Amino acid sequence: MNPGGWFSRRSRGAREMDTVPDGVASKCLGCDEIIFVRELERNLQVCSKCGYHHRLTSAERLAITVDPDSFVETDGDLLPDDPLEFPGYVEKASTAAASSGVREAITTGDATIEGLPCVIGVADFGFMGGSMGSVVGEKIARAFERAVERAVPIVIFSASGGARMQEGLVALMQMAKTSAAAKRASLAGVPFISVLTDPTTGGVYASYASLGDVILAEPGAVVGFAGRRVGRQDLGGHLPANFQTSEFQAEHGFVDRTVPRKEMRATLAFLLRFFAASEAREGEADGS
Amino acid sequence: MFANLSPWEEVLIARHKDRPYALDYVRMIFDQYMELSGDRVWANDEAVIGGPAFLDGRPVVVIGQQKGRDLRERQRRNFGCARGPGFRKALRLARLAERFGRPLISFVDTSAAAADLRAEETGVSEAIARNMAEFAFLRTPIVAIVIGEGGSGGAMGMAVGDRVLMLEHAVFSVIPPEGCAAILWRDKEQAPQAATALKLTAKSAQHLGIVEHVLPEPLGGAHRDPSAMAASIKLSITAVLEELGRMSLDDLVAARYARYRRMGVWRTEPPSERAAEKPS
Ligand SMILES: [Zn+2]
Repeated sequence: MNPGGWFSRRSRGAREMDTVPDGVASKCLGCDEIIFVRELERNLQVCSKCGYHHRLTSAERLAITVDPDSFVETDGDLLPDDPLEFPGYVEKASTAAASSGVREAITTGDATIEGLPCVIGVADFGFMGGSMGSVVGEKIARAFERAVERAVPIVIFSASGGARMQEGLVALMQMAKTSAAAKRASLAGVPFISVLTDPTTGGVYASYASLGDVILAEPGAVVGFAGRRVGRQDLGGHLPANFQTSEFQAEHGFVDRTVPRKEMRATLAFLLRFFAASEAREGEADGS
Repeated sequence: MFANLSPWEEVLIARHKDRPYALDYVRMIFDQYMELSGDRVWANDEAVIGGPAFLDGRPVVVIGQQKGRDLRERQRRNFGCARGPGFRKALRLARLAERFGRPLISFVDTSAAAADLRAEETGVSEAIARNMAEFAFLRTPIVAIVIGEGGSGGAMGMAVGDRVLMLEHAVFSVIPPEGCAAILWRDKEQAPQAATALKLTAKSAQHLGIVEHVLPEPLGGAHRDPSAMAASIKLSITAVLEELGRMSLDDLVAARYARYRRMGVWRTEPPSERAAEKPS
């Protein structure tokens, strides 16, 4: 599972970067500079000129986060249904699957990070804007329950515009379901590391993603209750330049740290070691 | 015929300027009620009201979202759109209910949670998430009643309960129909079609298994006969509390978790490598 292998599979859904036709270079979404694709790959899709963190597919994220060959997917058989018979939903979901290469907006499973076991979930913005419908909600609830059963920490990378409109109230209820599942895991002593990536807004930011024991965010990610599409003019006049970003949320006490992509794996490993160490210490005390 | 209103007409009734609000029902349903203020952290968000009350002599804790009647009151209450402190006030009162074994009654009526600068500064997202997580495990009965608009995350911050009731012409939706129309058809004028697509009526919510009971409204809507509506809500709350009161707290909390845990509709199909082994 080498990063280069994953990166060669382009996904237009997750990354809306303009790619020069021959695929050799593309334009940075942060500074508009032309960057060689190879260079972007080496830098984990972070612009070496301005530091802009381009979105990753779930496969790319897993490849740079977990130990090689350690990821075993769970609940990959769950697919979206159409509880409201919502206009165009079935077609939209199948188009999303074809263009993103994933079957739903989150991939979950078991993995290790620097040898430390965890349950991991990684959202994919390329599948219908990472929106949370029944499948995403169910996979997250099962991931929390699996972390309880295995007695290991859970790490979830979010990237979502919020609840999936096409599933209406059923999607809205996934906010309560995932929040209740997070609380249940918390009561069972499971550590939860929530990682907010671009963008994390609406019903996802206002549910499980805000309930981490530790909440990390990628620099410059859009993070907020309202999405960026809600016009800034509707939200009052003088908004700070960093409004609805990771940095704004950190400044106001709702994010612990903004973590550059190249430091994320080591940061997660530090936290997993911390959580694992406290258990080992208890074990030692029992034995003596 | 009022029985055959379109979903969009239901939206208009749910938003009617004369529709009874939370405090109207609180005054009509409970013998006594005392308003408490503040989240004990930052502010007193007047989009949310609440405090101790007596229901036929029985002590309960009431919380609710309050839109405000005239312009001055609407501005003071931010049109019923709560920010972080509003949801934290609700949680503080829920904790009070839990500590003293009082049932919690929540009146849900908001177009949405606030999304402005102050809402983000006060962590409205975290507050909504925290309320859903904490309400899910609160060791006291919770009855939520959607009396007007159940507006997405703003509603969810106060609508997690053992039983969720909905007035006949109330609506409950993941997104306002105008917003849905803007996304689907780039045209807010198509909100009526969006209202139909979103299945946001009380009848649909019951059909989807999201609410347990739909309370019929007086002909023309609750505002035509508020006291009759209040009497009906009171009867329902009393009956539901009676039913919930027979359960142990352990069973109550387990059933509440199960209530939300089973929500969701999906299909299963093995990933492609295994799909090859399985015919069709
Ligand atoms: Zn750049």
